[in-house]
Amino acid sequence: MSREDPRYAGSRWDKLARWRRGEYDPTAGRLELREPDFAPRDELQKLRKYAAQTERDDRYELGLDTRLRGFRRVYLAAAGLLAVFLAALLLVTVSWLPQFGDYTAPEHNEVARRYIEQGLEETGAVNIVAGMILDYRAFDTFGESCVLFIAVCCVLMLLRVDKEEDPHSMAAEDMSDRYFEPHREVILQMAARVLVPVSLVLGIYVVLNGHISPGGGFSGGAIIGTGLVLYLTAFGFERTGRFMNETTVKLLTVSALTFYCFAKSYSFYTGANHLSSFITPGVPGAILSGGLIVYLNICVGVVVACTMYCFYVMFRKGGF
Amino acid sequence: MSLVQNFPFFSIILSMFCAIVSFALSGKWAKRAHLAMTAAVLALSAGVLGFTAATGDSYTYMMGHYSAPWGNEIRIGPLESAMAVCFSLLMLLSVLGGLAHIDRDIAPSKQNLFFIQLDLMLSALLALIYTNDLFTAYVFIEICTIAACGLIMARRTGRVYVSATRYMIMSLVGSGLFLIGLSLLYAVTGQLLMSPAERALAGLVSDSRFTLPLTVIIILLVVSLGVKSGLYPFHTWIPDAYGYATPAASAVLSGLVSKGYILLLIKLMVRVLPNDNQAALNMMDVLFVLGVVGMLLGSVDAIRENDVRRMTAFSSVAQIGYIYMGLGLGTDAGVTAALFHVISHGAMKALLFLCIPGLTEVSGGRADREALRGAGYRHRLAGLGFTVGALSMIGMPLLTGFVSKYLFAAAATSAVPGKMIAAWVALAVSTTLNAVYFMRMVLVLYTSVDASHRRAEDYHASPVENAGIAGLIALNVALGVASPPVIETLARGLAVFG
Repeated sequence: MSREDPRYAGSRWDKLARWRRGEYDPTAGRLELREPDFAPRDELQKLRKYAAQTERDDRYELGLDTRLRGFRRVYLAAAGLLAVFLAALLLVTVSWLPQFGDYTAPEHNEVARRYIEQGLEETGAVNIVAGMILDYRAFDTFGESCVLFIAVCCVLMLLRVDKEEDPHSMAAEDMSDRYFEPHREVILQMAARVLVPVSLVLGIYVVLNGHISPGGGFSGGAIIGTGLVLYLTAFGFERTGRFMNETTVKLLTVSALTFYCFAKSYSFYTGANHLSSFITPGVPGAILSGGLIVYLNICVGVVVACTMYCFYVMFRKGGF
Repeated sequence: MSLVQNFPFFSIILSMFCAIVSFALSGKWAKRAHLAMTAAVLALSAGVLGFTAATGDSYTYMMGHYSAPWGNEIRIGPLESAMAVCFSLLMLLSVLGGLAHIDRDIAPSKQNLFFIQLDLMLSALLALIYTNDLFTAYVFIEICTIAACGLIMARRTGRVYVSATRYMIMSLVGSGLFLIGLSLLYAVTGQLLMSPAERALAGLVSDSRFTLPLTVIIILLVVSLGVKSGLYPFHTWIPDAYGYATPAASAVLSGLVSKGYILLLIKLMVRVLPNDNQAALNMMDVLFVLGVVGMLLGSVDAIRENDVRRMTAFSSVAQIGYIYMGLGLGTDAGVTAALFHVISHGAMKALLFLCIPGLTEVSGGRADREALRGAGYRHRLAGLGFTVGALSMIGMPLLTGFVSKYLFAAAATSAVPGKMIAAWVALAVSTTLNAVYFMRMVLVLYTSVDASHRRAEDYHASPVENAGIAGLIALNVALGVASPPVIETLARGLAVFG
């Protein structure tokens, strides 16, 4: 468009040129940046500093209690000394331990040898770690799943806002969450459309393939949980609640842990009483092999995903 | 393998399964499930106790198809089964005794979560009692720690959040040190099962390899469990944590949780760690000194306290000191006395913590001595229960506290002279201090007040709670009168424990 064109004045190019010359301000009247006029800046800073100081004094009463202030100094110094001492002690201790990869180290004994040499044959798991945690030492792993479970229970007890307990705060939480919830976050939603299916499928793959390749219930469940949290962030509670709500989380957690409990109880009982068990290792490398390991991995994955999702929901809103 | 030998495994799995199912139940049904489960665990443990007491030996039970050192394992003897019986019985009575308060203190929609914490707490304690595997012990220590935090903060008033946070920080320091100690232990032995680890450690001691790491391992494991059970300089979380939680939680926490860690420590000392090297002997002396200091200073703190709940909590510091003093004597008799005191203190402290809310509620909700004047007339059963618990704490004959003190004093005779004198003096002084604050409280409860203050208006004690308190009174008397079979079982169990 030439400058002689009558349509030039007021067009985008004209505005751009005038903005470059400093004659035009595109934000004028729409967006204003100015100093707050109620107090000059240094006054305001002084005020803030004073408020912070009084708050600190109020909390610890340090301004008034010189004994307490002295105690705090001594306490901090003692804590620092203790930490330095402990760190030095542990470093010196570690320097006594065998080097990494040393083949004469005590941990290269009959325990590790059997895991490595006979693990595949006995558990049917190509991934030796899966065989160790879900077959040789499955009781510990059941305990670990229960750690996650009890952590969820504690977070629910601490953060869940219940209707019968406090109807007002429930409504307030809901309001504030709706206010901050992105309704038309196009970038986030577009990214989520691409990433959520990928992370869910990857997570399911890592869980199902846990006995064949590196991975398993804990890592796969974490990936699935991340996918769910991303979906929730992008599309909000209303859409996510259709498939992930309190009932689903409860149902999934309870059934996964119950299955783990019964399956392993059967295995412990037959093992301890030297009974024959119908669970066989199967063909190593096949997707349905490794005895119970693949099913236990699914259970652990479900529990981990539900735990992550539940934590996010509780910390964000205190309800599903 | 006979069916009864499976019972320890059944009881652990049953309590975990009960917790899992309670997630989908309402508070009311979770409560019923918990009570039924605890009663079932009690019955199962009693069966195991009968079996092991008859054979007088311990056996190992594989958790899976792989024997030690490849798979998980639990080990059951007379001592373990006796402890399981006591712990499940105390859990049952404590929860019964605090049932009405659970209803009142915890929101209805969250009660099932509270019972989940109790279920998992019981399973973790059982696992700590039975396990023969170091890493299983760590996993269940974690469960125990989280469940304890949940139990403290379940009441959801301002103060308990602070207490739960303090408890969590101290307890996690303990867990962290324990995990580091365990990792070092694995690095020098390559074993996680207790018996193979002990053999490997004995080999290291005789070859004098890894001497410094061995010392550090002993320090870390003992100190971490000391922190978690409230040994003297690490006791600062106790008064808040026990003082403000709901009564059933206070009773369970003071009576059982810290005892679970102590039992694990005894198991490590007897079964895993080398006993005859210099580091272990020095550690014994340190435990003895800290125990004695705790006995005295815990009581001094209790005397200075005006709030009856916090006073009772400080008395726990002193009682934990008794247990560590017994361990520090370094003799089998000392360990037996400590084990008996684990049970005995559980019974006494649970009784006191369950009686206190009854007394404060008939005194306008206040817990200071001024308000509690004459409370023993207003709530007779709670007054009686507190008096029995207090007399037992002081060491009145025919009550369980007397037997503990007698056992400690008797155990001290076989220790080295320095420890013997110190233990006797500490027992005498500590008993006097106990008498000062507990008798003062009992006198306050039965101070004569005018007729209008002798009756509590519109207060109705719950019959279930009364049953729990009555059960604990009976337990205190029973342990005091019929202690010989208990002591004999513990001593025989200790002989096959290592």
